[in-house]
Amino acid sequence: MSGHSNDNVSSKELWGGGRSPYGISYGKMYMWFFLVSDALTFGGLLSAYGFSRSASESPWPIGEQVFRALPGLDGQYPLIYVALMTFILIVSSVTMVLAVEAGHRNDKRGVIRWMLATIVGGMFFLGSQAWEWSHFIHGGGGSFLLAKEVTIADENGTLYTLPVGEPIFMDHHFGELAEGYANGDSNVVLENDHGHIKLVQYGEHTHEAELHSLTIDKYIIGEREVSGDDAAQLWDARSESFKFGANMHENEYAMQQSYANFFFFITGFHGFHVFSGVVINIIIFLMALQGVFEKRGHYEMVEKVGLYWHFIDLVWVFVFTFFYLI
Amino acid sequence: MGNTNHKESFVSKFVFTQDHKMISKQFLITAIFMGIAGVMMSVFFRLQLGWPGESFAILETFMGKWAPNGVLDRNAYLALTTIHGTIMVFFVLTAGLSGTFSNLLIPLQIGARDMASGFLNMLSYWFFAVSSVMMLFSLLVEGGAASAGWTIYPPLSVLPQAIPGSGMGMTLWLLSMTLFVVSSLLGSLNYIVTIINLRTKGMSMTRLPLTIWAFFITAILGVLSFPVLVSAIVLLMMDRMMGTAFYLSDIFIGGEALDATGGSPILFQHLFWFLGHPEVYIVLLPALGISSEVIATNSRKPIFGYKAMVGSLMAIGFLSFIVWAHHMFITGMNPFLGSVFVFTTLLIAIPSAVKAFNYITTLWKGNLRFTPAMLFSIGLVSTFVTGGLTGIILADSALDVTLHDTYFVVGHFHIVMGLSAIFGMFAGVYHWFSKMFGTMMNTKLGFAHFWLTITCGYGVFFPMHFVGLAGAPRRYYNSSSFDFLSETADLQPIISVFAIIGSLSQLIFLFNFFYSIFRGQKAVQNPWKSNTLEWTTPVEHIHGNWPGALPEVHRWAYDYSNPAHEEDFVLQSTPLKDGEIGH
Repeated sequence: MSGHSNDNVSSKELWGGGRSPYGISYGKMYMWFFLVSDALTFGGLLSAYGFSRSASESPWPIGEQVFRALPGLDGQYPLIYVALMTFILIVSSVTMVLAVEAGHRNDKRGVIRWMLATIVGGMFFLGSQAWEWSHFIHGGGGSFLLAKEVTIADENGTLYTLPVGEPIFMDHHFGELAEGYANGDSNVVLENDHGHIKLVQYGEHTHEAELHSLTIDKYIIGEREVSGDDAAQLWDARSESFKFGANMHENEYAMQQSYANFFFFITGFHGFHVFSGVVINIIIFLMALQGVFEKRGHYEMVEKVGLYWHFIDLVWVFVFTFFYLI
Repeated sequence: MGNTNHKESFVSKFVFTQDHKMISKQFLITAIFMGIAGVMMSVFFRLQLGWPGESFAILETFMGKWAPNGVLDRNAYLALTTIHGTIMVFFVLTAGLSGTFSNLLIPLQIGARDMASGFLNMLSYWFFAVSSVMMLFSLLVEGGAASAGWTIYPPLSVLPQAIPGSGMGMTLWLLSMTLFVVSSLLGSLNYIVTIINLRTKGMSMTRLPLTIWAFFITAILGVLSFPVLVSAIVLLMMDRMMGTAFYLSDIFIGGEALDATGGSPILFQHLFWFLGHPEVYIVLLPALGISSEVIATNSRKPIFGYKAMVGSLMAIGFLSFIVWAHHMFITGMNPFLGSVFVFTTLLIAIPSAVKAFNYITTLWKGNLRFTPAMLFSIGLVSTFVTGGLTGIILADSALDVTLHDTYFVVGHFHIVMGLSAIFGMFAGVYHWFSKMFGTMMNTKLGFAHFWLTITCGYGVFFPMHFVGLAGAPRRYYNSSSFDFLSETADLQPIISVFAIIGSLSQLIFLFNFFYSIFRGQKAVQNPWKSNTLEWTTPVEHIHGNWPGALPEVHRWAYDYSNPAHEEDFVLQSTPLKDGEIGH
């Protein structure tokens, strides 16, 4: 079924009928063509993303400005976590190759070992994606839009004017209480003490956060921090329109909702492919464990799911490039 | 597999069958029922277009509350045109044509026992069946069926509150089409793999009958284009159900801005037409393949320019992927980009002309036999040329700006894609009926069917060009409500009369078809004295197609009137004589 039995055969004979010209079974070829068609599905989605991004009138967020958190750590680590996820997923492709290779040698123990490693890699990726989503949904402190023009000085002392509708970003601690404040939570009270703006949440425990700094252009060019009186001036010019994190309707990262829509849909659609890949891998793993392929005499099924798994990895490289790198 | 002819239960033989011949019949009969539905819809809205506002009892009988007092409701009119288009393009001319003849002919003509995977083939049919039922069912829900046109452009298709048909009907349309795409992919993947892997000994790619080449290219087009429709549809579903804004931006309803930012309705058009244009050829190529076979057989001549025919199929297939924006010249695209698409579109005229000339050259000085199948194939050549010529006009962006979305377009694509493809399908049914059912169809009724169909076909669609040139937009409910439409208003009833006669003449076909299944004259093994392998199988269907070993192939499919042989046809499985040079 598999292997290279076509050496030393002229192409005329190869394609002359009565044999499989590529020397592969129908199932494997079916998988190849299925992957071609699936590639076009992703191609359609990614082209749609590119179309919307290039047609967008307001700036599109930059990946390394949006994604820079690590689980459990507070600092800024642009794209470190997603790089780790990507690395693990690519390593899981390597372990899949090893599983297929073990299958060629009819090495049951090898297949089981490497399939297991692949499954673990896939699960790590899925878990990481859940964390990324959760981080993306909760956001980095939220933003509000200016209701009137504000003129402030930059670090060189030159004055510049921020237009109406400019998004201004809060830091994490202030933003957490601001979310309750913006949503009309009566336990959150705004205190303005000689230009020191404080949000205080009364309740079982009292939390408070002071406005130290605000950020401009956080996700699109590179952040500029504004503090002191300027920050208070911006805060006083706020509109009712707050944004925290991301959902289907709006997000703090971009003016247009389609940015988050595409992020959720395309990474989600890819994640669904990874999920089904992991499920299929588990099934194949269990079948190998029970010796089904040993009885069959060949491990072609491992090869077929291997093709699918490599394809998912390849697609991720594109998704990664489009959403994180450029 | 082998030629096991064991007893089977009714369910495994007729319902959940994995035999390609039975699946092909399932596709055909389902498509015929969908076709009846689609044609009836066109008659209903032609009644309104021909005699606006007049009362017809038949409308009230069939449409009920959608035709109060026998006058078609305007929302129902939009629903009917939408579902008519959807059914005809996808359910009859895609699944019906490819599904029927790819399934029947691929294994039989390449010398295989069955499709590569009978199970996936069976799934392909059942996905199609469920999707057909769902599409018809969508006519019955509250608000009526989808009404945004078969191209379902947003925002009509996205906002459930836009028009009545944008509600539940649209949701069902989207679900039905998703199932349809699954069916199409399962089928196409199977056809491709079967053709590559399961050709019998001696059946090289250059000995394949042109039918198989056409099905092969069609399947590849399907595998490459339908997934993009899936992308478009899932994004549309997200917009409808999850509150995303892929296709929405700056929409105002009742003066109030919709809370949607960043999307673009043009994006949908790009995705849709990336499928939509190859889809035109998914519909047309199998018909061209069938005609190649029928014309060569009935001219008793080798097909002229076999390799040019294969090459032009490939060229059409390739070009079909880089022309999609010619459907979008008036969306405000850059005129320079538009001219690129004008160029690629005009290029298609070259391989198309190659095909048209090759058909005519094959007929030239042939020993012609006018069977119904042959007449329909020649009819196809006729409509392919007339429709193709108006295609050149529409391909020019400067002309398309005025002709876009007028009756000229309706006339153009109904002739070049609708009539041509349905003629190919009829030719296939008349030609291979005996292979499917073991009996022959009545030839006289076939002639009557052909002449009525082609006369009415031109009668309906030819005047539409003038109506369109005069500026009448398509999809208008009332052809008399604007002054500028009055110039061509007299043509509308004439078109409707032809549409009604043409539709009624299909009853001849239906009678002939079903009567011949049960009472038709018993068929002989090779009634058309044809070369291809399907005529070496026994008339009575058996599992595995050939009793005993698979036939071996020694020559190409078009060895007609070969002077080295006594008969004017030589089966592909006939070994070469001493000194004979094979093809």
